[in-house]
Amino acid sequence: MLAFLTARLLTMIASLLVASLAIFVMLDLVPGDPASLMLGLNATPEALNALRQELGLDGPWPQRYLEWIAGLLRGDFGVSYTYRVPVTGLIVERLAISLPLAIYALGLTIVLAFPVGLIAAASRKTWGDVTIMGLTQLGIAVPNFWFAIQLQVLFALVLRWLPAGSFPGWEAGLLPALGALTLPAFALALPQASILARVMRSSVLETMHQDYMRSARAKGLSRAGTLVKHGLRNAMIPVLTIIGLQFAFLLAGAIIIENVFYLSGLGNLVFKAISQRDLIVVRACVMVLVFAVIAVNTVVDLAYGLVDPRLRRR
Amino acid sequence: MPPSRRTLPTAFVLGAVITAIFLALALASFFWTPYDVTKLAVMQRMKLPTNLHWLGTDNMGRDMLSMIMVGTRTSIAVALVAVGVGVGLGLPLGLLAASRHGSLLDEAVMRSNDLVFAFPSLVIAILITAAFGPSAFNAILAIGIFNIPVFARLSRGAALSLWQLDYVRFAQTAGKSALRISVEHILPNILNVLIVQMTIQFSLGILAESGLSYIGLGVQPPTPSLGRMLADNRTLTALAPHLTLIPGMAIVLIVLGLNLLGDGLRDLTDPKLRGRT
Repeated sequence: MLAFLTARLLTMIASLLVASLAIFVMLDLVPGDPASLMLGLNATPEALNALRQELGLDGPWPQRYLEWIAGLLRGDFGVSYTYRVPVTGLIVERLAISLPLAIYALGLTIVLAFPVGLIAAASRKTWGDVTIMGLTQLGIAVPNFWFAIQLQVLFALVLRWLPAGSFPGWEAGLLPALGALTLPAFALALPQASILARVMRSSVLETMHQDYMRSARAKGLSRAGTLVKHGLRNAMIPVLTIIGLQFAFLLAGAIIIENVFYLSGLGNLVFKAISQRDLIVVRACVMVLVFAVIAVNTVVDLAYGLVDPRLRRR
Repeated sequence: MPPSRRTLPTAFVLGAVITAIFLALALASFFWTPYDVTKLAVMQRMKLPTNLHWLGTDNMGRDMLSMIMVGTRTSIAVALVAVGVGVGLGLPLGLLAASRHGSLLDEAVMRSNDLVFAFPSLVIAILITAAFGPSAFNAILAIGIFNIPVFARLSRGAALSLWQLDYVRFAQTAGKSALRISVEHILPNILNVLIVQMTIQFSLGILAESGLSYIGLGVQPPTPSLGRMLADNRTLTALAPHLTLIPGMAIVLIVLGLNLLGDGLRDLTDPKLRGRT
């Protein structure tokens, strides 16, 4: 297990290094001169020189890249060009909305998908199964931000059950804060829950036909008992894979949903930064998102090792 | 058991019909739309569906049906080209990697795939837009880059198992080059999985375009696209719900149609799945 753990962590570090290099190349080298991109066409030569100096653009690029990485390791993302404050603080502040939103949505996804997928698998080829599968097809086809707009109109403007947008802050208490995140989380969760329910169903169906399931039934275990004790654990591998991928989608998707609900999360920060050409902030936000994706994939791989000891020896 | 004449599954037929209708609408818009989408008629704005405007008018008084036709054309074009980018680069890379299985090249292709997988298409779009500014072309590029590893991984995986088969071995002994084997023996046999994946990536592309255009990283005004229509009318939803309901339904139907079509094609072409739901 220790060797497996080390190997996975080393892979993760390598992926992070390559990804950070790709981001650096895209935002620091491809635009040519980041300083003139950030200041626009009307910049004076003095202002350009001042910014170049501030960004350390005088040095050769490998040195700049290494300095950026060294900063990241210390938790220092640089200073925002437009806000004039350390980017780390900005990101932590915004993640306090985006991360709980993604986790809330992931929780809803799992809570919705598991029972639905199991019921569909258990009632295979009945009208119940056909209806559930039809609804999940529809759920996959719905753009989450459009669903969000409709939820907002119905539950916030017409019924007035939940707030239409903006975030009261965690200091306002847990309930108001979660209330503000509920509609966005539902909008994010619906398509992902549809996907996960389908994966769950087919994965459970797959395991139900295995020999060990028949043996478990033969030794006298009930149908439900077999399913829960032997079926679920084996059916979890593909389900875990999808959940891992979904977290990345939820975190990135949260960026669009935040826009619908006027939440000042990471998405709001990165879009403002794009329109203000604050490359320092864009670079930091993208790095955070990519880090999240890679970290989650690593955790999923480690989880495989826990669920299925056979996979540790790969 | 004697082979029975199988009827086509309902879901597949439904998917094919929906897809055909939207393709027809998009193609028709090249020659004809009920109204000119570049003409604004502010006096006629936000009208509910009537005899004159079957789907009503938008916030600028433009005919919604005409907007949907042109918008569908844009969205389909973006998604289709993005699939083209994914197949065009991913397929050769996957075939190449499979033909030199275990080599340094194979490893390099797979590792760069992993790298791109760490960047959701929205994040790629953010990177490209930050460097070059927003445009439909950059949206295509972002979705297309995201598609490359999907097709590279799929074609490599499918090709690898074929390389183990006798007839491919014989072709190799007979002196055929890896390139010729890939094109003449491997490609025709992985075509069905490729086509199925293409319909899936196509539908994901429609969703990605709508999301990117909605937040302003995709198709730019005045070009209509389904995502842009949602962005333009978003703040008016409470006043005139049809303004976002109609373009949204159009997206849902196109994606649903493509997904049903893809699932149906997979069931039809994969003998293992025959008889299962």
